[in-house]
Amino acid sequence: MNVTPDYFASPSDAGTMARLRLRLARAAEDEGLLDVAYTTVDSPVGPLLLAATPKGLVRVAYDVEDHDRVLDALSQRLSPRVLRAPKRLDAAARELDEYFGGRRQAFDLPLDLSLSKGFRQLVQRHLPEIRYGQTRTYGQVAELVGNPKAVRAVGTACATNPLPVVVPCHRVLRADGTPGGYVGGPEAKVTLLRLEAA
Amino acid sequence: MKQPFEKVVAQHGDTVLRVCRVLLGVHDAEDAWSETFLAALRAYRDLPDSANTEAWLVTIAHRKAIDVLRARKRQPAPVEEVPEAPTALGVPGDQDADLWQAVAALPDKQRQAVAYHYVAGLPYAEIAAILGGSTDAARRAAADGIKSLRKNYLGATTEGAPS
Repeated sequence: MNVTPDYFASPSDAGTMARLRLRLARAAEDEGLLDVAYTTVDSPVGPLLLAATPKGLVRVAYDVEDHDRVLDALSQRLSPRVLRAPKRLDAAARELDEYFGGRRQAFDLPLDLSLSKGFRQLVQRHLPEIRYGQTRTYGQVAELVGNPKAVRAVGTACATNPLPVVVPCHRVLRADGTPGGYVGGPEAKVTLLRLEAA
Repeated sequence: MKQPFEKVVAQHGDTVLRVCRVLLGVHDAEDAWSETFLAALRAYRDLPDSANTEAWLVTIAHRKAIDVLRARKRQPAPVEEVPEAPTALGVPGDQDADLWQAVAALPDKQRQAVAYHYVAGLPYAEIAAILGGSTDAARRAAADGIKSLRKNYLGATTEGAPS
């Protein structure tokens, strides 16, 4: 009996919706409503999700971490006001591009470390002291942060680094010289180490 | 858990745009859509997890559309008719111009009820909450609106489409 008029069913075209969504992201930024902006970029270690708060880059995520789940977690832990808004990530995307192209050895980006706390954050703050092309063992990093017995905790801090690549947890290896685990998978770690050794 | 707002836009952006087009015509629909989602983003944190997100968005769109209609009435040369050939915007195409004119000619209540029931798929109880008045009145407004569209728009006479 109830005939749904299908003449209202025509979907709006993709171009219009893409344009409206960009306009929304811009307006949200202007109005100070954009708590988390994100984009995805291609890289030699697969697609990377980049997310930033107004304070700075807050998350870099590998494909294996499942970007949808990462966004869900950001929504829960930081704010649900999350939009794809590539503009805020322009500088991060450019520096990563330079890094993967071998033209950049250190990142010069404001970082927001609010996703990690306590000892983990302390370790992550110190990791950039390991320079491009160098490596340290988990034990050496434990010493670096003034807690030589905390080797396992350093491992955990590296494994839970919310800003891989930019905060170089890939430069921390096992005492026997093997790469050890990595948030982006062992292959990604080897790729980064080879890039930096070239 | 509250999902990222980006997913809300992805899930409901299309429907809200179609609702805005029925309410205002293609010309003003995009502004209303933008206003709606910006207001929704502002209020999103306070939306209860149990709320019907689409009904919430349609309620905001309803208010934004009323603002646009009021602004139109204040204009010296009110644009009461939808543009006839909005092909640059893709949808609806030329062939739908008659439909959009018929929609624009409906009384406000009928046009709103048609948009919220037939485009957004809201139940009449929700529509009554948005429009004020009873559920029966909302049902009648939608039925009258559809009847009038069928009379005034030839394309609507081909009935019987499923769903």
